[in-house]
Amino acid sequence: MRKTKPQKKIFLLSSLLCTLSLLSSAAQAVLNIEITQGVAGAMPIAVVPFAWEVPPQNPQLPPSLAPPRKAPMDVAAIVRADLARTGRFESLPPKDMLARPNADSTINFANWRLLQSESLVVGTLQYVGANRYKIRFRLFDVFKGKQLEGFSLSTSGTNLRRAAHQVSDIIYEKLTGERGAFTTNVAYVTAAGQGSARRYALWIADADGFGAQSMLRSHEPILSPAWSPDGTRLSYSSLEDSGHEVIFVQEVASGRRVKVSSHKGINGAAAWSPDGKSLAVTLSKDGNAEIYVIDLASKRERRLTTHWATDTEPVWMPDGRSIIFTSDRGGRPQLYRIPARGGRAERLTFEGSYNARASVAPDGKSLAFVHRVNGNFRVAVLELESGNLRVLTDGTLDESPSFAPNGSMIIYATSAGRRGVLKAVSVDGSVHQRLTVPEGDVREPAWSSFRQ
Amino acid sequence: MKFWTKIVLTIIPALVLLGCGTSGEVQEEAAAGAATTATTGEAGAGAETSGVGTGAAATGEAVTAPAEAGFTGDPLDDPNSLLAKRVIYFDFDKSEIKGEFRDIIQAHAEYLASHPDVSITLEGHTDERGTREYNIALGERRAQAVQRMLTLQGVAASQIRTVSYGEERPAALGHDEDAWALNRRAEFIYNR
Repeated sequence: MRKTKPQKKIFLLSSLLCTLSLLSSAAQAVLNIEITQGVAGAMPIAVVPFAWEVPPQNPQLPPSLAPPRKAPMDVAAIVRADLARTGRFESLPPKDMLARPNADSTINFANWRLLQSESLVVGTLQYVGANRYKIRFRLFDVFKGKQLEGFSLSTSGTNLRRAAHQVSDIIYEKLTGERGAFTTNVAYVTAAGQGSARRYALWIADADGFGAQSMLRSHEPILSPAWSPDGTRLSYSSLEDSGHEVIFVQEVASGRRVKVSSHKGINGAAAWSPDGKSLAVTLSKDGNAEIYVIDLASKRERRLTTHWATDTEPVWMPDGRSIIFTSDRGGRPQLYRIPARGGRAERLTFEGSYNARASVAPDGKSLAFVHRVNGNFRVAVLELESGNLRVLTDGTLDESPSFAPNGSMIIYATSAGRRGVLKAVSVDGSVHQRLTVPEGDVREPAWSSFRQ
Repeated sequence: MKFWTKIVLTIIPALVLLGCGTSGEVQEEAAAGAATTATTGEAGAGAETSGVGTGAAATGEAVTAPAEAGFTGDPLDDPNSLLAKRVIYFDFDKSEIKGEFRDIIQAHAEYLASHPDVSITLEGHTDERGTREYNIALGERRAQAVQRMLTLQGVAASQIRTVSYGEERPAALGHDEDAWALNRRAEFIYNR
């Protein structure tokens, strides 16, 4: 009887170790983001390392319920990195700081004027018991010697990192007037290996590249990941069924997925309506690639386009009333707009002989898309009202642009040498980032919306 | 009791390994993804003949008709036959069949029409330029163009399956016109 006990322990221990090793190998697929160009007049800011505060020790508390001995997260470091990634801020390194005030300190502004910081952030991370925390912080205008913001955020241990990003959002919005996108997520596809050993995966990560998790691994290509507006689901096309392109919708939290469309021919390019209830898709079941709208609850399909040319890559305007799509009905691929309820397609692009795959700015006033100029495929932005077109990138094979939900940056896919990488560029072209994975190519980025 | 405990405890780590993964992940075990037969080097796109050919043989290539004496066995295995040519090439952003490939398609049509039990998959592909979903549609148009030519010549629709890989499965990995020309293609995959 007793002889089996040590063997049982060995088995359980080995299975635990196997579990840990598999999880850690998945976590290694991190998305690295680096600024390759920032704005000329970046705002100098000092984000002081937050103080760590625990309640007075209760000697009767068992050790397992005692508060963590040191801060589980460096909130100030996350905020510093968030702000730096926008290219609009220059952060003072902590080692250069003359003082370390916290959320409760009286500020000696002279210390900060000396270091030429324009803005100052101080804070305290407080443990309040039962794996719950409070982040208190203040934002100051150094030259005026005035507080601009003071906030207290309550959060659980699991959401601590997200709360740090919320701090960044508040600071960013106060200092730039623009909403921050630091709590959002990106989805992307990776491809590694050659020939029959090529493997594809669909990933999601925080907007700062942290916490990458794979949603799908496949021997066949994965295309067009798109977030539902509430961020709980991802749609994508997969060629896993012997090359037949099929559309899936997968729940991010559970991994459960539903095949939404698998007609004969193409099922691809799914785009969520702003209310999250429909998908605009490309189907070729009726002979050639056309745009349809699928109601997700009833699965009913409504055909939108009826032209013999290729109509694909639909995307919704934010008011849900019209859909922008790629069509070569004029001979070469161009962008068109059609009412979501059906009707006449109106051409939108007139410059250049190849314009495709639009992404709509959150305010609905402009489109980012792939635009060919002198044989190079680049990302351009079209102002819808003026018709003004601006080329934002300078690669040869740039593709898949996706707007950040605050409209400030566009993430897209490109090549660097032989590898597929992602880049992000601010809408005014002044800030550039590069996003890479340790192994293989990365493509098809999709930036989530703000969570409702 | 002890014996079964051992069996179960042996299986647990194996099950953990199989089911392991980050939350929300769906594992696709060896999907039946068609392993594209790489037919590089079958550069039928030799001379760029402009205009529409009238069924004349492709320039510069010594090809023999399938009925030539000297090869016994399935014509599909005859390296000198037009049937050995399994790739049709296209111009950029186009799905029209160029004149130089009509003979090849005709040879396959004749073979398939006379062997109604044989089926093929026509795979459509594009080069890497342009957008991915548009290229899926373009690859489909290329496969369908070949399919139409086959059915017009007596091949049953049920013998042909079309699939498009867009730009996702290039035959040549370079980033220049030489590689792109080899990737703009439709391939005959005989199912046998």
